[in-house]
Amino acid sequence: MKQLTKVTLLFAAMGLAACTNPDRFGAGAGAGVGAGAGAGAGGAYGAGGASDPSSPAYFQQTIGDRVLFAVDQSTLSPEARAVLDGQAKWLLANPDYSAVVEGHADEQGTREYNLALGARRANSVREYLTALGIPGYRLETVTYGKERPIAICSEESCYNRNRRAVTVIAAGGLTS
Amino acid sequence: MIRLLSMLAVLILGVPAMAPAQSGPLRIEITEGVIEPMPFALPGFVAEGSGAESLAADITRLVGEDLIGTGLFRQIGPEAFISQITNFAAPVQFADWRAINAQALITGAVSTNGSGGVSVKFRLYDVFAGQELGQGLQFEGTAEGWRRMAHKVADAVYSRITGEGGYFDSRVVFVSETGPKDNRAKRLAIMDYDGANQKFLTDASSIVLAPRFSPAGDRVLYTSYESGRPRIYLLDVGSVQRRVLEEQPGTMSFAPRFAPDGQTVIFSISEGSNTDIYSLNLSTGARRQLTSSPSIETAPSYSPNGSRIVFESDRSGTQQLYVMSASGGEPTRISFGEGRYGTPVWSPRGDLIAFTKQNKGRFHIGVMRTDGSEERLLTASFLDEGPTWAPNGRVIMFTRETRGEAGQASLYSVDVSGRNLRRVPTPGGASDPAWSPLLR
Repeated sequence: MKQLTKVTLLFAAMGLAACTNPDRFGAGAGAGVGAGAGAGAGGAYGAGGASDPSSPAYFQQTIGDRVLFAVDQSTLSPEARAVLDGQAKWLLANPDYSAVVEGHADEQGTREYNLALGARRANSVREYLTALGIPGYRLETVTYGKERPIAICSEESCYNRNRRAVTVIAAGGLTS
Repeated sequence: MIRLLSMLAVLILGVPAMAPAQSGPLRIEITEGVIEPMPFALPGFVAEGSGAESLAADITRLVGEDLIGTGLFRQIGPEAFISQITNFAAPVQFADWRAINAQALITGAVSTNGSGGVSVKFRLYDVFAGQELGQGLQFEGTAEGWRRMAHKVADAVYSRITGEGGYFDSRVVFVSETGPKDNRAKRLAIMDYDGANQKFLTDASSIVLAPRFSPAGDRVLYTSYESGRPRIYLLDVGSVQRRVLEEQPGTMSFAPRFAPDGQTVIFSISEGSNTDIYSLNLSTGARRQLTSSPSIETAPSYSPNGSRIVFESDRSGTQQLYVMSASGGEPTRISFGEGRYGTPVWSPRGDLIAFTKQNKGRFHIGVMRTDGSEERLLTASFLDEGPTWAPNGRVIMFTRETRGEAGQASLYSVDVSGRNLRRVPTPGGASDPAWSPLLR
């Protein structure tokens, strides 16, 4: 289970990535890894530390806020589904939170196609979570295409981490 | 604010009228793929009256740069000149220019009127035929618009020698990029075709993508994350005012492009896992769905007469190019080579479709006929994408991104023949260029 190892390692490395690879990821990566690229900064998760199981930080670091995809694919691997099962449980237990699912692609593709592909990936996650009982109104999707990579080498080891859907927890209702 | 010059072109009279050379020796057929650039002499334009000297020198230099930049011409250095041009009206000593093998001779004069007005006139000579090619032209403008006047002169010279429309007096709207790859800031910017006069059209607060000019060049469509999700916007270039065009809840919109009528916009909407192509009438607000396949349909582009649309779809399993009627309906697949095809753009001449191709880990910009035949790849690199056509359909500009952690995007141009690959100068990183029509 090569994939599983990678996913597990990724979660373990989260929050450490910025310190362990400072040159490689630069200042922006902390926020990117912490809260999903693009959207809110890590500071949005103020209340409740990672040890509090009802905190967004716990969701992000312990349950795992992201799933990875194969090249050009939006189907969920068994490992991805296991992560999403955990996400669904957390969302059911914490009904005051909503989430934005961000879909991303690696840089190997044209801009427009990658936007559409990111939308597909985010939607795969949303559909899976709604099938597990999370009401649709609590789950928005947004695609970033290839605009927000978190790993920037032009190798599969980075591409693999960029082909992702990240579930970003937001307090209260969604705005738009 | 961007003010267009009122640029009046006036024929200069008072020279012996020559029949225009129809098929004389001074001719470049671009389609034949020029191997040997045509040598031309461009003596410094004569400053008529005091105060015009530096302007005359600047304009002369830029006319030369425009012509050399095409790869079709070679400028003969002034140290080789036997004759000097000190009087625009004096007869030309053709023998002196033949002796240095100048096939074309461009003479000009610049004068200022003391209140900011500038007048530029020029003549183009076919040296070996010993006659003028076309008639002298005079342009009126302002000192701050001197670059446009030089581009106008160069366009006229290019056009007379190649028989094609020019493209130097044009602009490019693009995405200016700063910051590292994992935290990149993107702003819309506009500049002259040669990278001069760059101005920002948006701030760096949200991601912006793929701007596209209206047919008149006065408005720009683009995609922005201003609302937190990709939506298409329309921006007026003069006032820099913008408005969102599509905000259906739960959807995302991107890849907008104008129809040739300037009234209709085509674009993609992602809803759920599906992306389809829609059109929107800007005056009535009427929206129409043009594709309805469960696959990804995006990157639409109209034919110049507005009757057809080329787009990319992965309905076959991989990204390929399709052509359909402008009203929708069953599309015809036109790409059949190895690899994946995306971002098709119909040439303003109507004869070719430019595209991005991915094959065996490399990216290419290519062209094919509108039925998919005669595919030719013009470039190859780690990442080339997003072609846009010069107004005359002879040159293509695109984004080239370098690989790795320090990867940077920049703009390049290449002839439709595949020759003359050049980097377009921009102050920082740049992507997603869109070429304007020829300015008026």
